[in-house]
Amino acid sequence: MDMNQYMDAFIDEATQHLQSINGNLLLLEKEPANLELVQEIFRSAHTLKGMAATMGFEEVAELTHHLENVLDQVRNRKLTVSTPMMDTLFFSVDALEKMIDALINEENAQVDVGQVIQALNGIQGDGSKGASSSGEEQTQDRSSSVPRAILQAVDQFALTVLTQSEETGFNIYHIQVTLDKGCLLKAARAYMVFQLLESEGEIIQTLPPVQDIEEEAFESAFELIYVTKQDTDYVQQLIHKVSEIEQVHVQPVKTEELKYHQSQEIAEGALETAAASAPSADSEQLKSGQPETSPHRNGSQRTLNKTIRVNIDRLDALMNLFSELVIDRGRLEKISKELQHQELIETVEHMSRMSSDLQDLILNMRMVPIEQVFNRFPKMVRSLSRELGKEVELAMSGTETELDRTVIDEIGDPLVHLLRNAIDHGLETTEERKRLGKPEQGRLELKAYHSGNHVFIEVRDDGRGIDRSKVLKKAIERGVISRERSEELSDQDVYQLLFASGFSTAEKVSDISGRGVGLDVVKNKIESLGGNVSVLSQPGAGTTFTVQLPLTLSIISALLVKVMDETYAIPLTSIIEVAAVKQEDIRSVQGQRVIDFRGKVVPLVSLQDVFEVPGEVEEDGILSIVIVKKGEKMAGLIVDSLIGQQEVVLKTLGQYLNQVFAISGATILGDGQVALIIDCNALIK
Amino acid sequence: MVDNYDISGENKLIVFRLANEEYAIDVAQVRSIERMQPITRVPRTPPFVKGVINLRGVVTPIIDLRRRFNMEEIEYTNNTRIIIVVVDEMEVGLIVDAANDVIDLPADHIEPPPEVVGGEVADYLRGVVQLENRLLILLNLDCVLARDEFQPTKTIEATS
Repeated sequence: MDMNQYMDAFIDEATQHLQSINGNLLLLEKEPANLELVQEIFRSAHTLKGMAATMGFEEVAELTHHLENVLDQVRNRKLTVSTPMMDTLFFSVDALEKMIDALINEENAQVDVGQVIQALNGIQGDGSKGASSSGEEQTQDRSSSVPRAILQAVDQFALTVLTQSEETGFNIYHIQVTLDKGCLLKAARAYMVFQLLESEGEIIQTLPPVQDIEEEAFESAFELIYVTKQDTDYVQQLIHKVSEIEQVHVQPVKTEELKYHQSQEIAEGALETAAASAPSADSEQLKSGQPETSPHRNGSQRTLNKTIRVNIDRLDALMNLFSELVIDRGRLEKISKELQHQELIETVEHMSRMSSDLQDLILNMRMVPIEQVFNRFPKMVRSLSRELGKEVELAMSGTETELDRTVIDEIGDPLVHLLRNAIDHGLETTEERKRLGKPEQGRLELKAYHSGNHVFIEVRDDGRGIDRSKVLKKAIERGVISRERSEELSDQDVYQLLFASGFSTAEKVSDISGRGVGLDVVKNKIESLGGNVSVLSQPGAGTTFTVQLPLTLSIISALLVKVMDETYAIPLTSIIEVAAVKQEDIRSVQGQRVIDFRGKVVPLVSLQDVFEVPGEVEEDGILSIVIVKKGEKMAGLIVDSLIGQQEVVLKTLGQYLNQVFAISGATILGDGQVALIIDCNALIK
Repeated sequence: MVDNYDISGENKLIVFRLANEEYAIDVAQVRSIERMQPITRVPRTPPFVKGVINLRGVVTPIIDLRRRFNMEEIEYTNNTRIIIVVVDEMEVGLIVDAANDVIDLPADHIEPPPEVVGGEVADYLRGVVQLENRLLILLNLDCVLARDEFQPTKTIEATS
């Protein structure tokens, strides 16, 4: 069978299951007694195992099998949740993730499956020693021949009866009777079996319930718990007297085992009894298969939306087509303005409104909750905090905040960086916190929210804050700033130094309790996405990094400007203000032209010079200046005239021109001409 | 470098003119032939990059082939064409003096380039074609579109 067509579905589901396992493991760590969670994890693991086996990924199947074994023991209270166990579980899930990743990338997984399995078996070994005191063969019996379903169906009353019977020398048997496939009167045969058995003892419990058996509501087999003074062989022969019986399986049962399963049942809730109506071997499968077919028990998936899965490429294609439409819309708007034809104007206006709605709709379709990115953080924070010996609580909010797919794909790494940074440098060690009278557990907050056309993501810690003098000292050491200038800096300026390239590229920074492991990389990445990042800090109370991101990368608002005969687009996100400056207000500092803009000295950049625009330079009395920013830095771009604000569709210049100075792309204007989009970040040093 | 051509069958070539010479490229590498249209200059690019055009919604870079080959530039005329070629998923337009011929070429008409060819074109040669009384120059587009564009011209060593 060609498995390729199932590969996507497999990867999709496997990733989902792994994510759910991860999440539930993290919860389990907080509530080790919550067997419900174990059940949940078990189910995901089981489904994963089945899927992997079907796809022929033996290693994945094998590893999940061992994972399942451990979980099974936890679920049956043979093992208790402990930190080393959690470590091993996480370790194995990591390995699984790596293996699935490798499948995605079609490469060989660098995972030593044997080692992981050994680790998993290791925890099992320890556990079974403790459990073995309650009967050696019991472990085997329970998991192999005596199905749990019927044992769990035994109620408190029946159990008392059984205990008493056992004490007075009766034998308890679990009997499984399988009728011939061709048996026509199943209920009658079962009735005959019951009759015979009751002559020699008592039937305590049946599976399915007696009523179902009478109504022939069973396949071909039923189970009994039977109390008698007779021995196994006798009972066996007794039943075989009835005709049309294919197989009889009689097995002694201890009440201890029943009690054990009863406690299990209480722990696991009513679900098990519901499942008890199916033959046991299948019931396991049924339960683990449940998440896909029936609503989730905890209600998280109860609101089943009607959705379809669409390949992102198709959405991209739709987006591209729509971009064409936006361009034509611009063209039509221009024409209708020129022609001044009333009907045309109205039609175009209507079309503009419709296409705006359509634009929102399409953008919405590309929106993905940021949860997808956030999901991997709890585990990362956990392992990192353990590594550094710090106690960290991660609180996440706004995970439902949606961002364009293109942004989602890119934002993960910078956030990882910020979180690592916060744990490594921001939060104090446990002892330090104790000494300072802070809660021992450090708190890390990850928050996402919408505001206007932007999404904000905050990474906040309640650690030591940024030490101004240390940052300055280091900045001076690294030559990022001169000693003299450092005196005049505001706190905000000092924090911005953290993002300076060269601030922390050389040695390890961890030895200095400052911050800044490659924060310049973070900043560059975020700015390349059209966003920016800022810092707020309070010494002793913590630090907050705020990342601001545009909702989408494909359509942006821009200011169109003219430089001689050429039209350029400046992204609105970079623009602070547009100003008209008199020629005589322009000063010169060491040959660099500057203006005084609201008390700040802002250097001027002549776009005509930078872009080598052909034509005579003639600067008359008043200059049009577009003040743009890069982080905290500003510059004034000298342009010839301002055309106006417009939504433009971002286009690349193509492979051939992949690196053009200060140009981040192009767009197509209403008249069909191409205008280049200015990359302000490149213009400001 | 004649290997890309189908030895067994015939090759369709697009023939275009540059100065007094005729050049040819495999039709498989040509996406379309366009008339001249407004070009947006892209600052700080090599001089032979004329800029970009809006090719039905796709922003496409344009190279002036005369400039690329260090030939004398001329005014664009009614005959001037932009040949949109695709190489390694890179879409680029080439400005040529005229393009109006498609020919079928039996493979055995392709000859390796002559040992020494004067002028800047030498590096971009893939072979020459003699067809009746015409001499066509087969262009090596990979080389034309190579971005390390300021390689000194080398003398071609005959490859057979």
